[in-house]
Amino acid sequence: MAVEPYQEELAGTCVDAGGSAIGMPQLCGDWVGNQVFWLIITLVVIYFILARVALPRIASVLAERQGTITNDIAAAEDLKSKAQDAEAAYDKALADARTEAHAIAQRARDDIKADLDVEKAHADAEISAKAAESQKAIDAIRASALENVEIVAKDTAAAIVAALGMSADEAKINAAVDRQLKG
Amino acid sequence: MATETHGAEHATEGTGLVFHPMDQFIVKPLFGHGDVGLFTITNVTLWLFLAIVAIVLLMVVGTSRRAIVPSRSQSVAELAYGFVYKMVEDVTGKDGLKYFPYIMTLFMFIVFANFLGLIPMSFTTTSHFAVTVPLALAVFIGVTVLGFVKNGPGFLGLFWVSSAPLALRPILAIIEVISYFVRPMSHSIRLAGNVMAGHAVIKVFAGFAALAAVSPISILAITAMYGLEVLVAFIQAYVFTILTCVYLKDALHPSH
Amino acid sequence: MEGIQFLGAGIAGLGTGIAALGVGNVAANFLAGALRNPSAAGSQTATLFIGIAFAEALGIFSFLIALLLMFAV
Repeated sequence: MAVEPYQEELAGTCVDAGGSAIGMPQLCGDWVGNQVFWLIITLVVIYFILARVALPRIASVLAERQGTITNDIAAAEDLKSKAQDAEAAYDKALADARTEAHAIAQRARDDIKADLDVEKAHADAEISAKAAESQKAIDAIRASALENVEIVAKDTAAAIVAALGMSADEAKINAAVDRQLKG
Repeated sequence: MATETHGAEHATEGTGLVFHPMDQFIVKPLFGHGDVGLFTITNVTLWLFLAIVAIVLLMVVGTSRRAIVPSRSQSVAELAYGFVYKMVEDVTGKDGLKYFPYIMTLFMFIVFANFLGLIPMSFTTTSHFAVTVPLALAVFIGVTVLGFVKNGPGFLGLFWVSSAPLALRPILAIIEVISYFVRPMSHSIRLAGNVMAGHAVIKVFAGFAALAAVSPISILAITAMYGLEVLVAFIQAYVFTILTCVYLKDALHPSH
Repeated sequence: MEGIQFLGAGIAGLGTGIAALGVGNVAANFLAGALRNPSAAGSQTATLFIGIAFAEALGIFSFLIALLLMFAV
């Protein structure tokens, strides 16, 4: 501290007449009682201020803040689960719609396929009927053609025999032509 | 406490410089020039009272709005609370939290006394052994009594290192007992010594500032020392508090 | 007699510097360990300060002895 002019009677065992310390002021026994007395008062006052007012207040504020934060987190958690529910519902609706669409498409496909099969069978039957008819016609034509060949051959044979100046009866010529045709 | 030698005066002879590094620690009455009696209002009283005022301002007025979103002063108060609370919990465990208000009292007092002492022209209450020795003795006696109340004679197990070889144990016990009784001494001298040393060194540099040639260096040195002292003021409060927690832990759980 | 007293104070003051070596040693080893295992460093700062405090206390003792020799004997 500043050096202040001290009165002569103040100069004691620890402070000289000029106001300077003699030795270490920390070791001056004259002052210890005073310091300890005021220190104890100070500590007791601080203790009661802290223990009765300040610390419970700060503890309650901290607890309240912790509670608020916890509540907020819980609310956020709630909202999040709601959002997740909504998302799940949406997903479900989407999946349902998709399966339904699949079902509808499948049904349409099946219907078409059935129609197609009926038509195909019908067409097949028609075609085979026509084919059989054609075959029959071809067979008839072929049979008539064979018959015509036989007649032509017999006539030709008779004509050739006549041209050769020979006469042969009809039965012989027919038998020879038949033999040739079979052979 | 011999009074004949005036070391400071001898140190100044011949140089023309005036060193009174210890004058800042003189206790004197605030009103009048009487003797310092037991109840005299002195500069010690003033600065102890200012420490109370500062603590009330921070811890009571600062938190008076009880805001969920804290103001600046309220966050500082909460920071101090959380700092000491965590320290007590970490070092002593859950059962030490019962003594948290006492430790908080010690910490707040020392921190504010140290920082108020850094105001120029102020008086540093924690630089006096008359202040720190009662603090350390209160911790020492309180912890020792608590240890015996909680553990009975089992508290003496603190001095019997059961993990050491049997032959070494009596020697270790002697060392442990000595170190136990040195605790209040080192506890108090560490705090007062650090604070006093820093202030005295600043005062010595301030004495050099009277010499025009070296005054810039001296002022620079004062600035640097002041920065260091700000650090020391907090660290010593922290160390005092955490050592209190360590001693409290020994009292609650004396087994090694 | 007084010269010897001041000499003693100076010698006692050396203890402060030696304590500074100790404090530096504590801090340096802490830093080395912390860099090797940074995740464990945070939980050990309390131990660091306790160690520094013990190392420094002895330096302060010698400083105190110097002061006693200077001012109180």
